[in-house]
This record gives sequence, structure tokens and C-alpha cells, in this order.
Amino acid sequence: MSFWRDPIIFIIEWAKGLLAGIGWGPGWATTVGFVIGAFVLAAGAMFFVVFLIWYERKLIGRLQDRFGPNRVGPWGLFQPIADMLKIFTKELITPSGVDWIAYNLAPVLSVAAVLMMWAVTPFSKTFFGVNISVGILFLIAVGGLGEVGIILAGWGSNNKYALVGALRAVAQLCSYEVPFVISALVPVMLTGSMSLVDIVEAQNPWYILVAPAAALIFFIASVAETGRAPFDLAEAESEIVAGYNVEYSGLKFGMFFVGEFLHAFTASFIFVTVFLGGWRGPGADQIPVLGLVYFMIKTFIVYFALILFRGTNPRFRIDQMMDLNWKVLTPLSLVVIMVIALVDRLFASSADWLRTVILLAANLVILVVAERLIRRGVKTTRPEVGSRQRPVASPDNLFIQPGSGAKG
Amino acid sequence: MSGLQIVFLIVAVVTLFSGVMVVASRKMMHSALWLILTLLGVAILFATLQAGFFAIVQVLVYIGAISILIIFTLMLTRRVMDEEHPQVIKGWWLPAVMAVILFGLIAGFLATWKDFQVMLNELPADAENLAAFGSALVNPAGYVIPFEVASVLLLAALVGAIYIAAERKEKVG
Repeated sequence: MSFWRDPIIFIIEWAKGLLAGIGWGPGWATTVGFVIGAFVLAAGAMFFVVFLIWYERKLIGRLQDRFGPNRVGPWGLFQPIADMLKIFTKELITPSGVDWIAYNLAPVLSVAAVLMMWAVTPFSKTFFGVNISVGILFLIAVGGLGEVGIILAGWGSNNKYALVGALRAVAQLCSYEVPFVISALVPVMLTGSMSLVDIVEAQNPWYILVAPAAALIFFIASVAETGRAPFDLAEAESEIVAGYNVEYSGLKFGMFFVGEFLHAFTASFIFVTVFLGGWRGPGADQIPVLGLVYFMIKTFIVYFALILFRGTNPRFRIDQMMDLNWKVLTPLSLVVIMVIALVDRLFASSADWLRTVILLAANLVILVVAERLIRRGVKTTRPEVGSRQRPVASPDNLFIQPGSGAKG
Repeated sequence: MSGLQIVFLIVAVVTLFSGVMVVASRKMMHSALWLILTLLGVAILFATLQAGFFAIVQVLVYIGAISILIIFTLMLTRRVMDEEHPQVIKGWWLPAVMAVILFGLIAGFLATWKDFQVMLNELPADAENLAAFGSALVNPAGYVIPFEVASVLLLAALVGAIYIAAERKEKVG
């Protein structure tokens, strides 16, 4: 196996050979390999967040007619590093009367719950932490650990606002788990396995083409699970006091912040794994490292959509958010799973392409009917406020900024 | 003594200790935290028995519900903020005796089981025990009747909860 075709597995094999050379048994070598692998993956994820924060701030800035970070380094690339250094040096203030264990356990849990999702995701054909037979259930189970982190933060802070914020957040997360789990069952049903590795291998074509209705529900529910706009009621800074994390400062607050960014990215690669074919693409079977490239490209496309979502939608009221979940997404996902089960069973013996087309048609019919039902009785025309044309700042060259001396 | 037995002993001690701490700790929140550790211990026991599905379900259903349990603790118990409240109720010895008798019965019953002394049979790595479990649940020769009865019971509980919680419009005013 050459280095360029699959560098990660090549390095692992080389390290195993090295350990065997100094007389370690294969059992010990595997154990050490897992420990090092877990450490590298977790540390890599944490450093990756630094880049994600820059990417997101820059994009949100563009969406809001601003430049975003642009002072430190080229295009402001080193801004998050400066922020990180600042947050490391900040004082850790512990309010009086906190529940010490709950207060300190909460930030750790909220990051750990997200990092654990990286353990089961197949990044390429050969590169994944573990292939457990119940991978998708594992994802949902560790998501529940994050909720425990939030409620512990709210309780441990000895602050009424934090507690109310935590209750609000947990109400949201628990509610959106219902359509999330039900729509995640559709790929499991189509594959016949709960292992994420098997789900990716079985996607021919991608499941978003087979079950777009389930994919849409899954996407909306996973945005809600990450707790970002338009579902950021848990920490609506501009309207109510920010939620469960008001009493945290310094690095402990930073942990929640990192957890949130990492969760958004993780949610997009889980969507890619389950519905967009994961690492699949031309040539990815022969050259596994290409799979990693495809995986990252797809993930960043979904992440971009997530940021567009965040930047362009106003925040829901809490009753609207609950209405969307319990009156639209949950019934819709139940209908989708029943229809797909029925159609999949009825056409089990027909050709694959025919079954795919029929499943797609059934999904589109469900979406159209649902759209009609939701629109019924909704006021469709609204009086126009203000003029359509408004001045926008539109720099000719995105990378050359006014005032930097360069000619655009 | 094999590595698996050592793991079992450590996990069993941790699980039992945190199980005792659930009822012995002074603060309700700490009880909930100890409960997480207890349930995690049981999940690890499932994992060492090569029942990965049950280990994950243990985490999903029980540990995932801890946050809901904490909310109930906050909303439904009095004096949750207090440091000191009575830890035992009157007549605590009766449940204790019942628990000991029940434990004795279960242990005695298991001891008469012929496979009690059998060590763990290693399953092959590619054993389809999850699929076998799934088909056993809906197999008439398997567990279809308990499965359906449990489903109906849960459905009844769900309908009942909705009925209790629903607003009755005609009685307003």
C-alpha cells in the first residue's frame, strides 16, 4: 500500500510495525493505537474549531454587509487564535453558592458529547474510529449526554436565569430529538443496518435522492439540535439573558463556545454521512484519501448552508418553535417512515432504479401535500414595508479591502 | 484471572458503590449524577458481554432521560435546595427486608439454573445478534406477544397523558 493512496492507514501500519519491532505484541499495539488515535482525533477536532470560527465569522460578516475579522493576519485568519489566547489568560470566576461538581462537569460534558460523535463517523473507506453495529443509535445516545451537560450547567450555576435558560434549552433539544430519530430511521430501513459504515457503503444513489422528505426533516431537526439561529432560543443574547451559560467565564465559557461550533460542524458531517453518501465519489473506492477529500467538500457545502440558515432567518418564538416540531415535523416524519416502509416492501422485488424512482416520487408527493396543508389558512400576501432598493456595500474584489492601500 | 474478569470486578464495584450513593447522597442533583455512573456501569457490563446494542440502548434510554429526571426533581420536589433533609422515612426497614428477600430469591433461582457455572461463550466478531434479536421480537415463536402487549401499554399511557394534559374548552368560564 503506497503512502499517497491512503496516508492515514499507512502511518498507522508503519507505527504498528515499529511497535512490533521493539517487541510489543499486536494486542498492545492495537490498544496503544486506539489511545493515540483518540487523542489525535480529539485534538485535531479542537484545533479545527479555530478555523471554523474564522470561516463562520467571515461568512456571517459578508451576509450582514460587514467585512468580518480582518485585522490579524491575512484576511483575519489569525483572529480566532488571538481570541483563544485571550480566553486562556482570562480569570476563572466561580460564583458563590455553585454546586461545584455540576458546575465544573457541565462544560466538559458538552464538548465530550460532540467529540464522541467523531468516533463512529467513517471519514473515508478505511479511516474511521470504530465500526460499531449500532452507530446511528450511538450518535443519538451521546447527543443525550449533551443535554445532561446543559441542565447541569443551569443547575450548578446557582442562578435563576441560568436555570430557566437550561429548562428552555432542554425542552427544545428533547422535542427535536423525536423527528430527528424517526427520520434517521429511514436510512437504517433502506440499508438494513445501523452501522454508519454500512449506511455509507449502501448509498447508491445517495439517500437524499431516494428520500428527500426524510433528509429535509433530518436537516431541520439537526439544526435545532445544534441550538443555532433560527433555533437559538437557548441563548438569545439580544432579547433575553443568555441561557444556561451566563455564570461561566474564561475557558469554561470557551468550552461551551467550542462545543457549539463543533456541534454545528458535526451535525453537517452526520447529515453528509447519512444522506449525502459520506465519502462516496468517483475513484474513492480505489484511492481512499480521495474519499476524505469528497467528504470534506460535501461537509463544507452543508456547513455553508447551515451558516446561510443562521445568517438569514429571524429567530423563532418559543411557541412557533414547538409548533413547528410537534405539529409539522413529527407527524410528517411518521407519515414519511410509514410510506417508505410500505413502498419499499411493495417494490422489493422490482429493479433497483424503478424502486428508487418510485420512492422519490412518493417522497415528493408527501412534501407537496404537506406544503399545501401547512399553507392552508396562512396569509400569503403581506403589505410591503419600505422600498425594495436599498444601498449595499459591494466591494469589487472580496479579498482586497478598502483602506488596506491596495487597489481593488 | 482473565482481563475480562478484572474489568467485571472493577465495574461491578463502581456500579454498586454509585448505586448506594444514589440513595445516600445529601443533594438530589448529586443523586442524579451518581445514577448516571450506575447506569454507565450496567452499560459497560452489557458491552463486556458482547451485547453492544443493549449497551447503547442503556445509554440512550436511561442516561439520556437523566436530564428529564433532573427537571422532574426540580419541579416536583420540595426543599430541593436544602442541604439537610431527612434521609430515611418511617418504616424504612420493611423495604430493606423485602429487597434482601427478593435478592435471595433471584440468586437462589439463578444458582439452580444449569448454565450458571458456564463461562462466557465468545461470539464470532461478525455475529448477527442484532438482526436475530429483531426477528425474535416479531416472531410468533419468539417474543411477539410480550412485545405487542408492551406496545399497547405504552400507547395507552401516551393517550392517557394527552387526555390529562389537554385543555377542555367547554369547561372554561
